[in-house]
Amino acid sequence: MRHVLSVLVENEPGVLSRVAGLFSGRGFNIESLNVGPTLEPDISLMTITTRGDEQIVEQIVKQLRKLITVIKVVDLTYEQAVEREMVLIKVNAEDEKRAEVLRIADIFRCKVVDVSPSDLTLEITGDQNKIKAIINLLQRFGIKEFARSGTVALRRSMQID
Amino acid sequence: MELTGAQILLECLKKEGVSHIFGFPGGAVIDIYHHLPNYPFRHILVRHEQGAVHAADGYARSTGKVGVCLVTSGPGATNTVTGIATAYMDSVPLVVFTGQVPTALIGNDAFQEVDIVGITRPCTKHNFLVKDVKDLAFIVKKAFYIASTGRPGPVVVDLPKDVMQAKTAFSYPEKISLRSYNPHYEPNKKQIKKAARLIAKGSRPLIYGGGGIISSGAHDILTLLARKFKIPVTTTLMGLGAFPAPDELWLGMLGMHGTYAANMAVNNSDVLISVGARFDDRVTGKVSTFAPRAKIIHIDIDPTSIRKNVQVDIPIVADCKLALEALLQELEEMDINWEQEHRDWLDKITEWKESHPLRYEQSETKVKPQFVVETLYELTQGEAIITTEVGQNQMWAAQFYHYKYPRSFISSGGLGTMGYGFPAAIGAQLAHPERLVVDIAGDGSIQMNIQELATAVSYDLPVKILILNNGYLGMVRQWQELFYDKNYCATCLHKNPDFVALAKAYGAEGFRIIKPQEVRPVLEEALKIKKPTVIDVWVEPEENVYPMVPAGASLTEMLLV
Repeated sequence: MRHVLSVLVENEPGVLSRVAGLFSGRGFNIESLNVGPTLEPDISLMTITTRGDEQIVEQIVKQLRKLITVIKVVDLTYEQAVEREMVLIKVNAEDEKRAEVLRIADIFRCKVVDVSPSDLTLEITGDQNKIKAIINLLQRFGIKEFARSGTVALRRSMQID
Repeated sequence: MELTGAQILLECLKKEGVSHIFGFPGGAVIDIYHHLPNYPFRHILVRHEQGAVHAADGYARSTGKVGVCLVTSGPGATNTVTGIATAYMDSVPLVVFTGQVPTALIGNDAFQEVDIVGITRPCTKHNFLVKDVKDLAFIVKKAFYIASTGRPGPVVVDLPKDVMQAKTAFSYPEKISLRSYNPHYEPNKKQIKKAARLIAKGSRPLIYGGGGIISSGAHDILTLLARKFKIPVTTTLMGLGAFPAPDELWLGMLGMHGTYAANMAVNNSDVLISVGARFDDRVTGKVSTFAPRAKIIHIDIDPTSIRKNVQVDIPIVADCKLALEALLQELEEMDINWEQEHRDWLDKITEWKESHPLRYEQSETKVKPQFVVETLYELTQGEAIITTEVGQNQMWAAQFYHYKYPRSFISSGGLGTMGYGFPAAIGAQLAHPERLVVDIAGDGSIQMNIQELATAVSYDLPVKILILNNGYLGMVRQWQELFYDKNYCATCLHKNPDFVALAKAYGAEGFRIIKPQEVRPVLEEALKIKKPTVIDVWVEPEENVYPMVPAGASLTEMLLV
């Protein structure tokens, strides 16, 4: 099962390698990992998506908590959370294809961020399913380049059953 | 007044109450060594940095204090890695200071540069690179705090040369708190109550103890609890000494080379109380058939130990001592005749003990290694500190010497580091000058750190090295015999040095035992000598360690003698 972990860490050199090393050393897998600063300059937030059965994910969470530089770990899988990923896609869009690519972009509320005679670069934000859907739709035009941010997530303030 | 980084480091060590530093100098740490004579530490110059870490480890395990090492950059630092990993696996508190090239050169592939913080990241509890002399005192404080609290472990502090030379004002933080590190000591009361009820309900309880009992100082309370409520006790290799072996509730070690009684008790128990142990594969055998009839209570200070290998019924994250105290109190309030409740179970255990004790075939002509260890026990009455190397020697030391006190059996359990025992014995001897310290070794293992004979001789340490010399890497040979068609590939050490002559060359004493009749008189004489002493015992070459549970088999599938 896929889990999204929100991990607050000390913002200091080597902290990323401690976390990454923990996953590789213990044979856990990382599907995506996103790190960025928080409003407090000495704390960073990592969002890690991983897969594993309950026992493995329990170990991952405990092992992360055991790292001295990790301040807090929350498994957002058990909470209601907003999850987003951003993707930049450079897709073929010559002549007669162009209109259709733009239509799909419109339906998915993508932004066109770069244009050339032969291709368009789209910016898409959404959860995993939305990203998967648009990639599926655009593939037949030919995707030239592709950059993906990895998931970021926040717990929803109102947890409704 | 401003002090240099080197002076600040040494001032910090003084504040931490350090008595011994195990080390080896080099270019990157000369500044520290330059000031060392002005401080009250006893510096022990080893002959290889691995020896320094194992010696500090032996010091730490035999005292409970933090062991301290000081080595140079590059190869000095990499040579400590095996020692650090050994301490990490067995939760031993160490602080290892490594020299580093000047900060301006870091990353330039400078002479004797290595990224030791990167290298040791997965085998330390934590590690630090000190980039500014202003941070030094605080980092040293953190290093000792982290190493010695919670589940103890080794911490590396990397010290660039220019940081050691830079100056700043010195002040040492008295107290420390870290927002990201708060070990949990107090047991949850509800869980303790549940555990007590489970024990009361059961009729075949068993305590399965580990090294955590020793590191938390819970041996007395464990002994009290076991005796009061008539609960038999087995421990892991790391737990030997946590419960007095002469006691009738003692079953011996469990696991791969555990006793028949201990493994049968695990298999038949209905309440397994695991205290400070981590269900290692050498203990459980096949996990799915481990303690199949038991509800499991698991007390451990490290949450990751719980449910890592085995599903448990009542997890208790706490310091073992505090948890056992709470459990004792809870059980005392119950109106139960424990003696009567557990009588049948204890009788059954006695039956197992009597039907299959640890045994070996005695010989008139060949020295049996078990006999040597047994004789050592008789001569010392269990009062010695025993360290071991790894392999058959280690298992015989665990089976045939009987440990009455915690911190008297010192062995590399988790990592299984050959070459550990002798330097560890040096560390233990320095911490306990008045006690007899014996390294039970094999002819293979001892050669992995034999250079430390020079250290033992230099400091006039009366350490005894008892080599059970079978001319083989015995445990591997045993596996080859039993599971690999007797293909003794690369396990025969047919041109061993003359260990007696070697001992003498180093300035130590040397004895040789070839016949069974010599074992007692020669050992008796050798143990009296107040110098480093090697006793080279030529034992039966193809003797095996039994019982043995083949790797991956269930605990009840024991090969017996």
